[in-house]
Amino acid sequence: MNGSEFSWSEFFAMGGYAFFVWWSYGLTLAVIVLNIVMPVVQRRKVIKRVKRAIRREQLQE
Amino acid sequence: MWAWIQKFSSPKYFYGMSAKLIPWFALSALLIALYGLYLGFFVAPPDYQQGESYRIIFIHVPAAWMSMFVYVVMAVSAAIGLIWQIRLADVIAASSAPIGASFTFIALVTGSLWGKPMWGTYWVWDARLTSELILLFLYFGYMALQASIEDQRMADKASGLLAIVGVVNIPIIHYSVEWWNTLHQGATVTKFDKPSIHIDMLIPLLLMALAFKLFYLAMVLVRARNEALYRDRNRRWVRELVEKL
Amino acid sequence: MLKAFYYLLLRDMRLALRSRHELANPLIFFVLVVSLFPLAVMPTPERLQEMAPGVIWVAALLSVLLSLDRLFKQDYEDGSLDQLMLSPNPLVVLVLAKVSAHWLLTGLPLVIIAPLLGVFMALETSSLSVLVWSLLLGTPVLSLVGAIGVSLTVAVNRGGVLLSLIVLPLYIPVLIFGANAIDVASDGMSVRGQLYFLGAMLALALSLAPLATAVALRITASR
Repeated sequence: MNGSEFSWSEFFAMGGYAFFVWWSYGLTLAVIVLNIVMPVVQRRKVIKRVKRAIRREQLQE
Repeated sequence: MWAWIQKFSSPKYFYGMSAKLIPWFALSALLIALYGLYLGFFVAPPDYQQGESYRIIFIHVPAAWMSMFVYVVMAVSAAIGLIWQIRLADVIAASSAPIGASFTFIALVTGSLWGKPMWGTYWVWDARLTSELILLFLYFGYMALQASIEDQRMADKASGLLAIVGVVNIPIIHYSVEWWNTLHQGATVTKFDKPSIHIDMLIPLLLMALAFKLFYLAMVLVRARNEALYRDRNRRWVRELVEKL
Repeated sequence: MLKAFYYLLLRDMRLALRSRHELANPLIFFVLVVSLFPLAVMPTPERLQEMAPGVIWVAALLSVLLSLDRLFKQDYEDGSLDQLMLSPNPLVVLVLAKVSAHWLLTGLPLVIIAPLLGVFMALETSSLSVLVWSLLLGTPVLSLVGAIGVSLTVAVNRGGVLLSLIVLPLYIPVLIFGANAIDVASDGMSVRGQLYFLGAMLALALSLAPLATAVALRITASR
């Protein structure tokens, strides 16, 4: 990698530490994605809940 | 001044304002992270002792920094919520906890994965890893207390006080763990001697730290918006807003 | 103010002494847990001695934790806590009285019985006094810090696991220094540093924990 010749397979091998490096990055990515997905799901739930409450009140009137 | 704070911290105003900020934070977090990773993987040279494995540093250290930073933010905003009764501060504190716990988890997992090639085992009772583990417990305690009190105001105040107690305790815990560690781990061979870090490694590290911070800002706003909606679910502005969706 | 402190202390002691079996439970638990360890491992004196500080301290931590509920729960349920909070005396002083009663009833018995457990765990006679000293300085911190935890969870039904999740991480510094003092003593070295640290933590907890507990009670116990 030191300027001379770049090979992807060498890059992914991480000098023999591929397992540790890629698991670290993979798990981090997973946690980050989870952190993005959860609030989105949460938001849908809240909106659904408020909508249901509005409908219920309209029915009662 | 007070009126300004009142206006700015009203959930309705916050909801609108934060919508404009989130894309900027999220986008800059992504771009900076990509650039940081590029520098970290393709420009920074391998470490002379640890080879390529040190590249875990670019997520491990920023995550560890963030885990502590978020706890302090949480405690400070909890204190603001407790003292000045600003509801938005309670919302920020409550929204920070899961993100902080995530960063702590990342720091623990990557630390352990980095530790395997360095120490030979996945877990060593190293001072920093142990402190992170205790920090994770502190986050869990905060979240559990927040979740188990029905009354929202009471839950905010009680868990806020716990966060403040935690922040007073963190230095004590940290230093006693460090002291304990020097006693028990003295003989462990560690490759983590602190050489002055190479500038090509430092820049991506700082970039990643910045990216993590921006990511936190974006996510805490997203979560706080949800909280604001949920807590004001019976107020008019939420009703009007939801009906438009 | 002193009078209020004294009367509340006396009241709590009297109430607790009326149900003696409940009072004995943490103590029995303490002895029981410690005596399980020799059964779980090969009880050679060297090995026991090595484990003793940690085992005794963890057992002490857990038995204090078990007894914490008594601090405010009953008073909360029968409404006498409301009365206390309405009284003109500063709540901090009343909290301190209740915590002192709690320590006299649970912490102190642990300190007294600890030498026996030290003998069980094959500690040398010379380190028994360090064991007693470390517990004497450490257990009040456990009661004081525990009081914050109970006051935060007093309104939560079945808050037992929650309480341990909140309180145990805060106990870690006491555990580290307490156990280490005994460890060092059995190596024949000076334990002054460890005991000073425990004393410092006691001073800090004594000055801050009742304040935090009083604030917490105002939050959670007001109805």
